[in-house]
Amino acid sequence: MAAETTRKEEAVSETRPLLYLAEYDSPGEVMHAAEAVRDAGYERWDVHTPFPVHGMDGAMGLKDSAVGWIVLIMGLTGCASAFLLMWWTNGVDYPLVIGGKPPFSLPSMIPVMFELTILLSAFGAVFGMLGLNQLPKHHHPVFYSERFERCSDDKFFISIEAADEEFDLEETRSLLEGTHPTHIELIQEEAS
Amino acid sequence: MGWNEPIEEIGEGRLVSKGTGFKQITDIVSGVTEKKAPRGWWILFGISATFTAILGATIGYLVWTGIGIWGNNSPVGWAWDITNFVWWIGIGHAGTLISAVLYLFRQYWRTAINRFSEAMTIFAVICALLFPTIHTGRPWFIYYPLPIPNQMNMWPNFKSPLLWDVFAVSTYFTVSLLFWYVGLIPDFATLRDRAKHKVRRWIYGFLAFGWRGSNRHWSNYERAYLILAALSTPLVLSVHSVVSFDFATSVEPGWHTTIFPPYFVAGAVFSGFAMVMTLLLIARTVYGLHDLVRIRHLELMNKIMLTTGSLVGYAYAMEFFIAWYSGNEYERFIFINRAFGDYWWAYWSMVSCNVISPQLFWFKKIRRSIPAMFVISIIINIGMWFERFVIIVTSLHHDFLPSAWGNFSPTLFDILTFMGSLGLFFTAFLLFLRWIPMIAIAEVKMVIPEADPHGAGGHALSEGGSHDDSHGSAEPALAEE
Repeated sequence: MAAETTRKEEAVSETRPLLYLAEYDSPGEVMHAAEAVRDAGYERWDVHTPFPVHGMDGAMGLKDSAVGWIVLIMGLTGCASAFLLMWWTNGVDYPLVIGGKPPFSLPSMIPVMFELTILLSAFGAVFGMLGLNQLPKHHHPVFYSERFERCSDDKFFISIEAADEEFDLEETRSLLEGTHPTHIELIQEEAS
Repeated sequence: MGWNEPIEEIGEGRLVSKGTGFKQITDIVSGVTEKKAPRGWWILFGISATFTAILGATIGYLVWTGIGIWGNNSPVGWAWDITNFVWWIGIGHAGTLISAVLYLFRQYWRTAINRFSEAMTIFAVICALLFPTIHTGRPWFIYYPLPIPNQMNMWPNFKSPLLWDVFAVSTYFTVSLLFWYVGLIPDFATLRDRAKHKVRRWIYGFLAFGWRGSNRHWSNYERAYLILAALSTPLVLSVHSVVSFDFATSVEPGWHTTIFPPYFVAGAVFSGFAMVMTLLLIARTVYGLHDLVRIRHLELMNKIMLTTGSLVGYAYAMEFFIAWYSGNEYERFIFINRAFGDYWWAYWSMVSCNVISPQLFWFKKIRRSIPAMFVISIIINIGMWFERFVIIVTSLHHDFLPSAWGNFSPTLFDILTFMGSLGLFFTAFLLFLRWIPMIAIAEVKMVIPEADPHGAGGHALSEGGSHDDSHGSAEPALAEE
């Protein structure tokens, strides 16, 4: 974690910029900064906060989360597979007549259909969320910064990746400085 | 959830003490897992671990000998084992109610207690699952209810409520575990970032999945959390309903009633809140969480106990009335036998613990008195255990033909297994308190007024009161006014 991130004395050719990390003290400040970065047309950038700040999706210009669609598909799958399972096993493959009821009887199938709908929907919500977020991923340039440890505590950050088309060492820095961060850091990778 | 500005006009106080900011919340909650465990923790852990060992020994003996070591007999084929199962699974319900139902109703005070009660849910469901498993007598055949192709070419009977129960309880356990873990991811990241020791950092880092507080992640995360809450709400209502179907679909007098599903759910929430209260009061005192878990939280919980306790009391009365009104002589006999027969003491323990004791919460003084609520919460837990005992044993012991009547009395192993399950529960719970943040750090930060991005610089409280925070959690809000 504690990689040397600011070895400015080394030759520039040996390092490669990865991202700018700007630090803020409050949710309001980071939100205004996010609006500025959004309006400057950046794509590969992010806001890092210790808790979800409401209104930040709008300030970043994010689209609505797609998790719900994954859950819908998984829920329908769960419901349909429960129905097919019970219809095939109790109704067709080995008909069981219990208490004089028909082998295939829908009312008695409802609890299990409901439970499997919920189960698969929950899998869809959790694993869909992790998949969309590309987690687990234990390695990310923001972790090179020692200051970033406060991100899960009480500090708010904006990171702009060098891979962004708009990224420019000077211009991006001045954009971020214009948003009054308490600290700006350039995270670099040592070229090998 | 969003920030919460107390409405002082109706007497609301802050959810977190004044002067407790983001940093203090992190320190208070993480500190518990970072400092050495207090002596009280070790004493309680020693006692619970001993009982867990007793549980292991009794289960070993049970598997070796058979369930004849219990007092179960014919006609009382279900006794303490199923009583314990229903009791434990009911206790679990408060966790889901707090984490899911109160979330959907935007009850911000839940953030102080949700992590805690979700953990309780998981451990309670583990204890619950233990009992039907060992009650089979041959737990190595427990896979029989699952639809696995086998050499007999037979399938499980999906028309049986016992099979619905298998699906309901295992779904409930899985979904509760997922819900709990999703909530824990950002807090594990906090512990990872604070860790001084390499191994500690490595373990919490592994558990945090590389969480970096990214808003692109929060956006999906909040949506997933909202959906999980929306899924868990009908789930929690279904689980105890399905448990009650085990009884209600039978033809036993005293069991065969339509009031069972709502009555069981109300009782489950009632007993669960009582258990949360018992545990919370201990942890709050031992770890000094007074700034995060305030009297206001406890008072609100007591109000829920008063409500659900009254519902349970209503169900008892209605059950009795319907037994008489139905004109069914077996039904009438069973209820009179419950109140005045061999197990009258169990029935009246149930009524006095569950119906009378929560009514004391009408008084504000009692609702806000910590010793009083501690005692009442324990009384309610005892009463709810008696409720399940009364339902199960009194219905079975004198059902139809007097020639088939019998009585039940517990053996030493009934008692030891039950005490052992309490030991298992408390052992797991104490380990949770020691190693996992017991209050949802990120969620508590979200409800303090400083979290309002529109407040002046996010520090002052000047502007926040004018905001309507009723919009959905993942909806893009207006960026600028």
